[in-house]
Amino acid sequence: MSRIQQRFEQCRGAGRAALVPYITAGDPEPGATVDLMHALVDAGADLVELGVPFSDPMADGPVIQRAHERALQHGTGLRDVLEMVRQFRERDADTPVVLMGYLNPVERMGFEAFAEAAAAAGLDGLLTVDLPPEECDEVTGLLDRAGIDPIFLVAPTTSSERIGHLARAARGFVYYVSLKGVTGSQSLDPSALNERLDAIRQYTDLPLGVGFGIRDAESAAAVARVADAVVVGSALVSLAEAHPGDSAGFIRAAADKLGEMRRAMDAARSTSAAGSV
Amino acid sequence: MSEAIDWGAFPDARGHFGVYGGRFVSETLMGALDELQDVYERYMKDPAFLAELDRDLRQFVGRPNPLYHAERLSRELGGAQIYLKREDLNHTGAHKVNNTIGQALLARHLGKKRIIAETGAGQHGVATATVAARLGLECVIYMGEEDTRRQAPNVYRMRLLGAEVVPVTSGTRTLKDALNEAMRDWVTNVDDTFYIIGTVAGPHPYPAMVRDFQAVIGREAREQHVEATGRLPDTLVACVGGGSNAIGLFHPFLADESVEMVGVEAGGEGVDTGRHSAPLGAGRPGVLHGNRTYLMEDDNGQIIGTHSISAGLDYPGVGPEHAWLKDIGRASYVSVTDDQALAGFHRLTRTEGIIPALETSHAIAHVLELAPTMRPDQSIIVNLSGRGDKDLATVADREGITL
Repeated sequence: MSRIQQRFEQCRGAGRAALVPYITAGDPEPGATVDLMHALVDAGADLVELGVPFSDPMADGPVIQRAHERALQHGTGLRDVLEMVRQFRERDADTPVVLMGYLNPVERMGFEAFAEAAAAAGLDGLLTVDLPPEECDEVTGLLDRAGIDPIFLVAPTTSSERIGHLARAARGFVYYVSLKGVTGSQSLDPSALNERLDAIRQYTDLPLGVGFGIRDAESAAAVARVADAVVVGSALVSLAEAHPGDSAGFIRAAADKLGEMRRAMDAARSTSAAGSV
Repeated sequence: MSEAIDWGAFPDARGHFGVYGGRFVSETLMGALDELQDVYERYMKDPAFLAELDRDLRQFVGRPNPLYHAERLSRELGGAQIYLKREDLNHTGAHKVNNTIGQALLARHLGKKRIIAETGAGQHGVATATVAARLGLECVIYMGEEDTRRQAPNVYRMRLLGAEVVPVTSGTRTLKDALNEAMRDWVTNVDDTFYIIGTVAGPHPYPAMVRDFQAVIGREAREQHVEATGRLPDTLVACVGGGSNAIGLFHPFLADESVEMVGVEAGGEGVDTGRHSAPLGAGRPGVLHGNRTYLMEDDNGQIIGTHSISAGLDYPGVGPEHAWLKDIGRASYVSVTDDQALAGFHRLTRTEGIIPALETSHAIAHVLELAPTMRPDQSIIVNLSGRGDKDLATVADREGITL
């Protein structure tokens, strides 16, 4: 059983939604990333999503674009990110780590070389925003053999037919993009979400994560009532700009924010469980 | 090169030209691209739509434009006869409008009320704002902040036409970043917005669709050349940034094996200096802006900054069909430097009384070298893709002249 599967089973058993923070590797400086990952796990993260910096992050809003730019100023490349994963694994053998990024850095490294290096570093999943299932056969084959789960996005605009296709290619979990737009867009509407997740569940037994538009404890709690995992990115990454030149301050602030979300999510699940009895 | 390529079979159903092209975008856009592909394939077979397009090209754009025999330049160079396909005489002054007319008609048939586009030199932005004004559609143009300075007159033209021009301040603040920003807009407003991409790049069906709208250039030129000389040209020459004017000229000649094709990339300060925009000459295959193609990138797969005197060629990628034509050897690609392009600019202006765009001047510069190596009974068609009015300030500034 993969680390991602194990973790989702643990969460299910404990009756809670998984909390998945996204951070951009190398932001605000490469030395901060591994410490930040550990701090987020201590604050309640069940899985860590690590963004791979790219010069042209087309699917990201301004907050994460700037994080990529900061990371690139330090020259953080894909091999550096895998080295961070390896260092993280020295102290944490259980928390799954998923890379989220764009195809070109992976393609440049070479899919085979990437799969091998990623497995050796202890990576668990790869989400390439601009790699749809139609184009992924070569990559997913190599990832499968290396024991790395390909994670795919489902969008509000995805047709039923495509959901089926995506669900067949996906491993680990399915990431539902809760709104049309880039990362860090306007707030999502939790009421419409449940219906949409039910529709996706007709095609897959994989856990469903929800991201884009979750910005505070309240929205995290609302999503935790209906989804298997809550992904939060821009709300954490924006804190780097509130602590310029102070990585320790950024790490504390991000962990505090994530901790608030954790508590609100767990409270929401226990009240809804009590209510349904 | 295989002798039996069925040129009509490219791209394949998923938009591939060999290993290039395809559709590499976030999931949110896949539905819109499917819809666009359906509509485009349906209307390109619809006689009523084609008649509407043809009427607009005649009455609004001014087609067919001439294939002009540049006799004086040909004589001075002492080699091949040079024919200029006068896309600069189109309404709005460049080939770009051939495509925006077509896509705007599709937008109207899809019921979209809002048009967005990216632009580098501003020619595509102007051509988009023009058709949006004519059809009464809301129009937003994304343009790198650096380019809004280099091409200020075009920014004003777009605003006069009622478009909102958004200066893009992310990344390198040029064309590639404008494209990123337009994609971000599209993913957010996909329900009511039509994205008019200006070149033969982007996710499928854009490279094929833009090519098909631009292929009117080559169809006319082929017929006009045969009419004027009784035979096919020997060589076609066009500048290549994204590559839409070049594909437009080349595509109708692909099956004519005797016709050579040369695309001219922007060599900037010289390909060996690293400050250039010549991905076909000095890049390698990768994935950017929805398609696999040749890119300028570093060892980590990050896209690197490009340089060219012409904003319209200042792009780190190139249309996937060009990448494929290069690999199979059907077309060849060269580059000329900023200085060579400027020399081409002046030479054509002084010799033929035609001021070309700086983009186009790259093609002219190559012809200055190529024509003397050919015989006077041979001929070259050069795509005169745009006129140079927009570049007067750049040229003057470069030569230390205050206007």
